[in-house]
Amino acid sequence: MSQDHSLNLKNSHEDPAKATMEGKNKFLGLWFFLGGETVLFASFFATYLSLRESTAGGPTSQELFGLELVFIMTVLLLTSSLTSVYAIYHMKNNNFKKMQLWFGITALLGIAFLACEIYEFAHYIIEYEFTFRSSAFGSAFYTLVGFHGGHVVFGLSWLISLMVRNAKRGLSLYNAPKYNTFAIYWHFIDVVWVFIFTVVYLMGMVS
Amino acid sequence: MTDNTNINKINSYENTRRKEEMKHQVITFVLMIAFTLIAFLVVAAELSRTFVIPFILLLAVVQVGFQFYYFMHMKDKGHEIISSLIFGGIWIAAVTVLTFTTIIWW
Repeated sequence: MSQDHSLNLKNSHEDPAKATMEGKNKFLGLWFFLGGETVLFASFFATYLSLRESTAGGPTSQELFGLELVFIMTVLLLTSSLTSVYAIYHMKNNNFKKMQLWFGITALLGIAFLACEIYEFAHYIIEYEFTFRSSAFGSAFYTLVGFHGGHVVFGLSWLISLMVRNAKRGLSLYNAPKYNTFAIYWHFIDVVWVFIFTVVYLMGMVS
Repeated sequence: MTDNTNINKINSYENTRRKEEMKHQVITFVLMIAFTLIAFLVVAAELSRTFVIPFILLLAVVQVGFQFYYFMHMKDKGHEIISSLIFGGIWIAAVTVLTFTTIIWW
């Protein structure tokens, strides 16, 4: 790409997120990070799987978990994954407004997911007195699911700052990679959730 | 002038290609929702444990494959290094889970 329109998307038919060296490096760096995240969550999952029967006389997973709320949360997060795909689609078509709109919907779905999770934890603590300190199962559960929730919080703050910071800038080869790395990170959060709802909730319901 | 028409041609080709891709991604999404529903229904139906657990794990693996290959574009060109990173992570994940669960069992 020649110098005079290096930050202009109009004459570019390439993926704007990977048209510059900086964009390519960000992309690679994010995947390095995700490889590490996989290992991090692996140790949480392994700990949880080992300790999930160690309830120390406290509530068991069969007593605690309800299918309805987890199903709603899964649908919310899955849908937010699709809306960010739409946002990236509009980014590649150089449509900034529609990209912001779809990322806005993604953020709202993420907030809804988070609200459900906070409600869920509050419900366990108040109704069942099931806390981080109740049992080894409690510690393993809150560490794994809570850390995923923490990733959602971090992702939401990342997305909202991106959207606010670039609201008046429009789309350029400078900020397109930033949006793209966020979208990949957000999909990864969904990947982790797929295993959480299967391994923690669904397997926990099967007696 | 000719430059511009060329770029327009490329752009319109790219637009069609992207639309096609978007369609595949919506199909992927519908499949993922369907898989989620099946997983929840199988658990709600209270079938035997030996069937349910491997089955829902298999559904999860397929769903995650959809996420990686379609939503995160791992099926596209230029994702070789990235695949090795994520498969490295998955390999360590599998070994960690295996180690922890077997140590506790035996």
